[in-house]
Amino acid sequence: MQWEVVIGLEIHTQLATQSKIFSGSATTFGSEPNTQASLIDLGMPGVLPVLNQEAVRMACMFGLAIEAEIGPRNVFARKNYFYPDLPKGYQISQMDLPIVGKGHLDIALEDGTIKRVGITRAHLEEDAGKSLHEDFNGASGIDLNRAGTPLLEIVSEPDMRSAKEAVAYVKAIHALVRYLGICDGNMAEGSLRCDCNVSIRPKGQVEFGTRCEIKNVNSFRFIERAINSEIQRQIELIEDGGRVIQETRLYDPNKDETRSMRSKEEANDYRYFPDPDLLPVVIESSLLESIRASLPELPPQKVERFQSQYGLSAYDANVLAASREQADYFEAVVRIGGDAKLAANWVMVELGSLLNKLGVEIDQAPVSAEQLGGMLLRIRDNTISGKIAKTVFEAMAAGEGDADSIIDSKGLKQVTDSGAIETMLDEMLAANAEQVEQYRAADEAKRGKMFGFFVGQAMKASKGKANPGQVNQLLKAKLEG
Amino acid sequence: MHQLTLAEIARGLADKSFSSEELTQSLLGRIKQLDPQLNSFISVTEERALDQARAADARRAAGETGPLLGAPIAHKDLFCTQGVRTSCGSKMLDNFTAPYDATVVSKLADAGMVTLGKTNMDEFAMGSANESSHYGPVKNPWNLEHVPGGSSGGSAAAVAARLLPVATGTDTGGSIRQPAALTNLTGLKPTYGRVSRWGMIAYASSLDQGGPMARTAEDCALLLQGMAGFDTKDSTCIDEPVPDYSANLNAPLQGLRIGLPKEYFGAGLDSRIADLVHASVKELEQLGAVVKQISLPNMQHAIPAYYVIAPAEASSNLSRFDGVRFGYRCEDPKDLTDLYKRSRGEGFGVEVQRRIMVGAYALSAGYYDAYYLQAQKIRRLIKNDFMAAFEDVDLILGPTTPNPAWKLGAKSNDPVSAYLEDVYTITANLAGLPGLSMPAGFVDGLPVGVQLLAPYFQEGRLLNVAHRYQQVTDWHTRAPTGF
Amino acid sequence: MALQRSDVEKIAHLARLGLNEGELPRITDALNSILGLVDQMQAVDTSGIEPLAHPLEASQRLRPDQVTESNQRDAYQAIAPSTENGLYLVPKVIE
Repeated sequence: MQWEVVIGLEIHTQLATQSKIFSGSATTFGSEPNTQASLIDLGMPGVLPVLNQEAVRMACMFGLAIEAEIGPRNVFARKNYFYPDLPKGYQISQMDLPIVGKGHLDIALEDGTIKRVGITRAHLEEDAGKSLHEDFNGASGIDLNRAGTPLLEIVSEPDMRSAKEAVAYVKAIHALVRYLGICDGNMAEGSLRCDCNVSIRPKGQVEFGTRCEIKNVNSFRFIERAINSEIQRQIELIEDGGRVIQETRLYDPNKDETRSMRSKEEANDYRYFPDPDLLPVVIESSLLESIRASLPELPPQKVERFQSQYGLSAYDANVLAASREQADYFEAVVRIGGDAKLAANWVMVELGSLLNKLGVEIDQAPVSAEQLGGMLLRIRDNTISGKIAKTVFEAMAAGEGDADSIIDSKGLKQVTDSGAIETMLDEMLAANAEQVEQYRAADEAKRGKMFGFFVGQAMKASKGKANPGQVNQLLKAKLEG
Repeated sequence: MHQLTLAEIARGLADKSFSSEELTQSLLGRIKQLDPQLNSFISVTEERALDQARAADARRAAGETGPLLGAPIAHKDLFCTQGVRTSCGSKMLDNFTAPYDATVVSKLADAGMVTLGKTNMDEFAMGSANESSHYGPVKNPWNLEHVPGGSSGGSAAAVAARLLPVATGTDTGGSIRQPAALTNLTGLKPTYGRVSRWGMIAYASSLDQGGPMARTAEDCALLLQGMAGFDTKDSTCIDEPVPDYSANLNAPLQGLRIGLPKEYFGAGLDSRIADLVHASVKELEQLGAVVKQISLPNMQHAIPAYYVIAPAEASSNLSRFDGVRFGYRCEDPKDLTDLYKRSRGEGFGVEVQRRIMVGAYALSAGYYDAYYLQAQKIRRLIKNDFMAAFEDVDLILGPTTPNPAWKLGAKSNDPVSAYLEDVYTITANLAGLPGLSMPAGFVDGLPVGVQLLAPYFQEGRLLNVAHRYQQVTDWHTRAPTGF
Repeated sequence: MALQRSDVEKIAHLARLGLNEGELPRITDALNSILGLVDQMQAVDTSGIEPLAHPLEASQRLRPDQVTESNQRDAYQAIAPSTENGLYLVPKVIE
């Protein structure tokens, strides 16, 4: 049977406010337990929430960025359930009238196509505290520092069809919230967490299969693995004659499998109702307009500009604009190095694989945009060839300085003196007299192939430093002549 | 000294007839002597009171003035008072020493008031008889075999028995006005949002409102002046200027249009109470008021709607009492669910558990629309009735309660019959309107109250009418025998 | 439709209230009489009426994004039933 995978994601982003969503406590990560838990965060009797305006502004920024309708009147509701990390016995969230309505986000897939993913809604809510499971004589410890941190929960449509697409979408959201400056995106600290809804259905079937929700996956790698292992589990289950049960599961990266969450087993009845301590939030269109005016250039506009301004392909533009840091790096390289297509290639291919190999992000790249731009200048003025440039790049990555000094110290400057090249060619042709004979006897079609051999020999003889264009031209003349 | 009203105390302190410390000592002695009969206090904060009294005397000696400076007060035991047990009348909070002050508490303390203690109340303000308190029932000083009303029954009994001149109360469905009526006091529930709810332990957040309880309208004006005002810590508090409530107490009532809703005088109302209400109307007519019949056609639906909305909000508000961070925790919980169930099962009393369950049910999947949403729609119908009525009249007048105070225990096994006693008061909470109850006579030696309702933020008008009425009647001056 | 004992058990669990077996019949009766009162509401025609969640129909006021709270852990945990190393203790949480 051919299976189709259906994935929808709920992404929780912690908004980068100074204080909590309903209290004046700090939101700093990693403080001593319960030192950032105020009366309100602790749910003390008699306390009341007051909404942080910055959380509202940030949610509006996100809404505008995904071209969604911003609820002119949005309402906070209580989601009632008992859990020790939830001090009030309810979470303040939004249900019927969220702040951000339907929107969408375009993501670049590996095959070069662009896919539009629907975003159902995004709503504001408060984060819960943390249960620490180290043993305190059979007890758990509760830290409420995180309780009340503002979250924007972004709910996608079930539009993804593979784990790779899901990861591409999460990366796009990650990039967007960082572009907007509304979330630091630090997944290791839980600033961006993902619940993955996964189901499968026979290819061609319209109805969705029963879905499972994998809770709280917090790295791109784990998202891909968790989804793939869950897909595998569901396929095996169904093919063995079983049935998928709708449930909440947890991904265990050590075993690379998902397991059912005991605590969420019983069907919850959250008894949502409008929070009577909070009034409806009214968003005036004037506020929205001022937020719109303050938005930075976002990925879609950047992609468009990269194509029109630099003549890049849609795919290249998407890849380069995927993160604000990468886009800024690229443009810095162009500013110095001049040739946008060349810059795009170097940033995407050589720098990309270097970062991959080192496992670091672009803001920690060992080669700065200034260095790379400087090197491109030397390619463009024929000081070095593209091939030699790779050697220079490696040296820059190894911390040996900038392009000019490396070219100097290693003597990598390209030979462009025609006389010197001719002498070198003459020596090379003399050493390969037999092949020269064969070449001259061959027909036009065969010559093409054989010509490459001579170029290779010439570059080898010059240790790659001879200008390839000149080599071509002079070689042709000598062989034909 | 105990017979003095707040206004008289203010004058006495101002002209140095007595000091705050002397007054405080005297009232503390009276509480010690008489409260065992009434059980109106949960905590008497003697030392704190004397410290505050001395501090107030020092402030006055330093030239400070003000009607509340050095005057005594007690707070219903759901106003958080830093360093003092704030129990809400519940075993759940018997061990709860509040780590902060309610806005009402801090405002009145800043104005120099001396807190004598915390008054008894129905557990979590749920009740109309003050019989659901963990600390035992409060007795009505007019007849110790009768209830004082609730849920602010401790504040009512204490002020009625002249243990002190004024106290704070809260009103979610009549909890200031009904006990005021049943103990011969003047009690005012302000417009929703007029008084900050910060630090006032919630029963039903969209209905709860704190207010003054006193023997005269004049005293209510003085106390409300100290309680009312905008508070950035309460999102539902309204940023409206607070008028000078004492300034217009004597304004003439000439031409005042008073509406009598026919629904307030139907079946269920004790006819002797009806007679007293009509007599009070006559007095007001003498003062120049014009009386009109009106109709509030949806009034009959108020109780059902209230007993969905209030329990629904309460079921959620009371979820924080889980034995984890404060309050009662059961012995040796065997797991998390056991911790929750036993802490809550043992910590909450019967009536609180009933309302939590009604509320949880009304909000649960499949019932939300039929209960909660329907109740909110009825709430709008009730508000619309009032808005229409206030097109034609300035005030609405009727009985505060259908019956005088009943005997202790008479309704404790029948929650619904007790709920019906709130029939006249509940609508003001659903609509958020200000309402006042004032003494209007006696039936079988038990006090009867008349209720006045006004448009939003017209507390001043209510106090003005009640004050003028109290200038020409003496019901409010009568004291219960033995107190 | 009257609540059965099993409904009451379900609601009590939802609200995490531990009820004694012996109390159940009495509680069931009391809840049914309250719901009987409440059900009178069902006869009211409310078609086309907007629900009213808040009497004054004002809108939410917003707070500036400022840290105004400082660490008060010791004071707040002084009234807690069980703490250790600054953490609130509860019976083991199983995920």
